[in-house]
Amino acid sequence: MSHTTLYDKIWQAHLVDEQDDGNCLLYIDRHLIHEVTSPQAFEGLRMSGRQVRVPSKTLAVADHNIPTTNRAGGVEAIEDEQSRIQIETLEKNCADFGIDHIGMMDLRQGIVHVTGPEEGFTMPGLTIVCGDSHTSTHGAFGALAHGIGTSEVEHVLATQTLAQRKAKNFRVNVIGDAPDYITAKDIALAVIGEIGTAGGTGYVLEYAGPAIEALTMEGRMTLCNMSIEAGARAGLIAPDEKTFEYLKDRPRVPKGADWDAAVAYWKTLSSDPEAVFDREITIDAANLPPLVTWGTSPQDVISINGRVPDPAAIDNEARRKATERALAYMGLEADMPVQSIEIDRVFIGSCTNSRIEDLRAAAKVIEGKKVADRVNAMVVPGSGLVKKQAEAEGLDKVFLDAGFEWRDPGCSMCLAMNADKLSPQERCASTSNRNFEGRQGREGRTHLVSPAMAAAAAIHGHFVDIRDF
Amino acid sequence: MEKFTTFEGIVAPLDMINVDTDMIVPKQFLKTIKRSGLGANVFDEMRFRPDGSEIEDFVLNQPDYRQSQILVAGDNFGCGSSREHAPWALLDFGFRCVIAPSFADIFFNNCFKNGILPIALPQTEVDKLMADAKQGNGTVLTINLEAQTITRPNGETIAFDVDPFKRNCLIEGLDDIGLTLKKSEKIDAFEAERNQLAWC
Repeated sequence: MSHTTLYDKIWQAHLVDEQDDGNCLLYIDRHLIHEVTSPQAFEGLRMSGRQVRVPSKTLAVADHNIPTTNRAGGVEAIEDEQSRIQIETLEKNCADFGIDHIGMMDLRQGIVHVTGPEEGFTMPGLTIVCGDSHTSTHGAFGALAHGIGTSEVEHVLATQTLAQRKAKNFRVNVIGDAPDYITAKDIALAVIGEIGTAGGTGYVLEYAGPAIEALTMEGRMTLCNMSIEAGARAGLIAPDEKTFEYLKDRPRVPKGADWDAAVAYWKTLSSDPEAVFDREITIDAANLPPLVTWGTSPQDVISINGRVPDPAAIDNEARRKATERALAYMGLEADMPVQSIEIDRVFIGSCTNSRIEDLRAAAKVIEGKKVADRVNAMVVPGSGLVKKQAEAEGLDKVFLDAGFEWRDPGCSMCLAMNADKLSPQERCASTSNRNFEGRQGREGRTHLVSPAMAAAAAIHGHFVDIRDF
Repeated sequence: MEKFTTFEGIVAPLDMINVDTDMIVPKQFLKTIKRSGLGANVFDEMRFRPDGSEIEDFVLNQPDYRQSQILVAGDNFGCGSSREHAPWALLDFGFRCVIAPSFADIFFNNCFKNGILPIALPQTEVDKLMADAKQGNGTVLTINLEAQTITRPNGETIAFDVDPFKRNCLIEGLDDIGLTLKKSEKIDAFEAERNQLAWC
């Protein structure tokens, strides 16, 4: 009887070559590219006179740098010259090398990790890479998916393979019935808070257990998305009926008899009952409070009812210094209650939390209410299709009536490459994935939360417990 | 890629844990379509005020460390984004080696692709090298990749581990893609079989 994990199975199915020293060549089924980390890869191909091996296995979408307002003039009207050049360069590279490109004016355009699944480009059992660390998102479908650097983007374009060493197996069991107010975001923050931002280094995380099975596909994407924040190479969830239902009839999935064959195969994709993991932890979702980050690392997680930590109580010198630096950067006092932290901005968006379910959760909280005077709040849907769906449900009206801005899709203020950014010392409740120094703008202060918590903070002007809302 | 064998370089201390890729090269510099020129922007927000003037306290602005080629830092160096702009910026500044107790996975791989040697050492060894680096005054370390040793100013050597394959690629300055293309027949055979599957 086999004792292999889901990761082992996908790895084995993609092994082109294995050297004696453990270095392997892994076949890559799907490659997503965007404007920021691909130009130098195409430049490299041109310089060495190489071609793209299988153009049909790569899909391009511009997302990082793209404006979220005033798009009517098209790409040529983008004001920021460098951004425009980058987006035009992607278009040109795709045309030159025969790669399918979803342009800015296409309804399907969106954040690459929202668009990939929507297109059915993402499927179980595949290997998927992209020059973006949040590629771990696609693990929600039981695909082995991870971020790569630009040299590796070039390598995949040229060879459709990647040189890799096998990672170790780490199972995160999430048990218990998560109450309504506990979202995949809270589970993700709980995991990172528990194991730390380097806790997953060298591992692939498999999320399992009743609370994972209960998550929607959107929730699973949120959770797998943040695996990289725990340092893991990838996050994985075994595919099930929800996965198949999400994918059925998507544009790029198999049809007819091929679909049936695919589903039959996908049903074999789970860890064996006797599979051994190198590490395991268990988290009880039933007992989780809504979570907020206070500092400048995603592991700086506390309960909405908690207090900001006091560096004086930390023995480890490196940790104490990091905490002191984080508190100074964030403009917070040791021991202050989280709910007393006042915010200036709210950002609902990013590849972590910009899908329809996220927008519904936020809209439900703000319906009939107004954003606090001190707060500027914005919603950036994850794709044109999410935006269209939200508008069909009237969510745009709910956001606009409450005083939110309603934008066009892109990465936006998650990484603040475009015009959407925090000013120095501005404090933001954000549904994104990183609270690093300067992440949302120089000297900007980011607190990571779920969409419902961000929405509630927008109404009150400070963090509130969604359970009391 | 420049070959990496033995070199002697000035060592700079960055005594922080979780140095992330947004710190190493902030996103506003990711709009370039080139690999070169990012050294001017490495650690930008720690190194320069918004008006462009230097922040004197920052290590790389101190006269002793302006020519640094080796960086010693805390745990989990390079966490965050996959942006290869981070190693490009370090390399363009002049760094050929980063020493820390641990590294984030993607950053670690990206270094090797660009001729930068990331060395993970136990905390006690990093502490010694951090102390050397803090001496300033042009203190140098000698990195010998063939022998896998670091020589401290006091003559003590510290051994380090490195993946033999990656080590060889650095020493020879080998092109990864060229190496993989030598296995084209295997890729062809694998792909032909895989393309038959309904779900691929």
